Amino acid sequence: MHRVVVIGASLAGLRAAQAVRSVGHDGALVVVGDEAHLPYTRPPLSKQLLAGEQTHHDCAFPAVDTLDADWRLGAAATGLDRASKTVTLADGQSLTYDRLIIATGCRARTWPDAPGGVHTLRGIDDALALRAALDAQPQRIAIVGAGFVGCEVAATARKAGVAVTLIDVEAQPLVPLGAELGARCAALHREHGVDLRLGAGVATLRKGGVDLTDGTRVDAEVVLAAVGALPNTEWLAGSGLALDARGGLLCDATLTSVTDDDVLAAGDVVSWPHPLAGGDAVRVEHWTTAAEHGALAGRNALADDASERAGHVAPPYFWSDQYDLKIQAVGFPARGATLTIVDEDGPRLVAEARDAAGRLVGAITFNNAKRLAAYRRQLATEALGAAA
Amino acid sequence: MRVRVDMNLCQSHGECVFPAPDVFELADDDVLIWKEDVAESRRADVEAAVNACPMMAIRIEG
Repeated sequence: MHRVVVIGASLAGLRAAQAVRSVGHDGALVVVGDEAHLPYTRPPLSKQLLAGEQTHHDCAFPAVDTLDADWRLGAAATGLDRASKTVTLADGQSLTYDRLIIATGCRARTWPDAPGGVHTLRGIDDALALRAALDAQPQRIAIVGAGFVGCEVAATARKAGVAVTLIDVEAQPLVPLGAELGARCAALHREHGVDLRLGAGVATLRKGGVDLTDGTRVDAEVVLAAVGALPNTEWLAGSGLALDARGGLLCDATLTSVTDDDVLAAGDVVSWPHPLAGGDAVRVEHWTTAAEHGALAGRNALADDASERAGHVAPPYFWSDQYDLKIQAVGFPARGATLTIVDEDGPRLVAEARDAAGRLVGAITFNNAKRLAAYRRQLATEALGAAA
Repeated sequence: MRVRVDMNLCQSHGECVFPAPDVFELADDDVLIWKEDVAESRRADVEAAVNACPMMAIRIEG
């Protein structure tokens, strides 16, 4: 193995590069990133960094400078030719590889025809721009999309004393949590003074506010579109690599492209069969999955024979911090036929998701990390059994 | 080696508990408790815990 190229310089790409070195690869290792920045962690971008409690420096991953890698930053990959094993970059460079690891992540979905000045939040430059806008003490921020990013920014803005209108076309915030837990989160945001508009269609995002489809105008100096993320796989068009209908890169359980054994992938872009999803292909946009994928793809990339590669079976885990509420979830709670609250004690709550046969497929806790960890252990064991 | 956790950063995700359950544990109130003096033989798993921490709160000294 002479040359490993990692496309993507965020968490998944970093962990892949670290794994490539840790298993003893002493050949070339190139890491390509579209941002100008060395890898940094993103969860604080909607919370501590946005609140001004942390800096860019605080978010930088440690030990990046001691990793023996050739960093090519500020140049997105623009094309892949598998016949010549060559990746081309936006700045005209081309790189050849023996093994390629694709970790290009997602970008924020933008609102169609949004004018300039409407914020999105994905990278640190986005977060610093939004922070500057909040630091200017606007009368109000309007947030379109009450998913995790939208709700976390709402909480951060309220803590900073900024009035918030949080808008979603759904009848609840945080749809993956189900109706009952979503209603509790809605109540929490309202208790903190958020003007929460649910079931509210957006007609227009404009500079200075949002117009709803019922004719209501929401005036706000700061507007954030927090309407989800799209996988960065357009650059693979023409490569012949199989993508799913939503742009995910189709891989087998070992994070190897179903099209090409020399191409692996990690993080948000991967669509892979998960044992806890009944073997269905899933795409997971969580921090922990990106870290786990990266480490596994890095190791697997160095296997001489694809049959020696290990599968990724860990149950997905994510968290969200809003005010004093820590939401944690493991497995695939949104795929359950039922979601039942099995324990509740003040602000602490435990809910189990089960499939139609009564099998545990996920769990969600509020302010109860220890219980969540126990479910995580249980689901990890079940996933290993299902994958065997 | 010595294991340090910055409790100002720790958010009790419990990620560290999985690779090294003999070193890290969540107490009943969800506060992390951990062993500071850890045998060298546990280094690989503690390093995995360092890498798994979303808050980058864990450091190994020595």
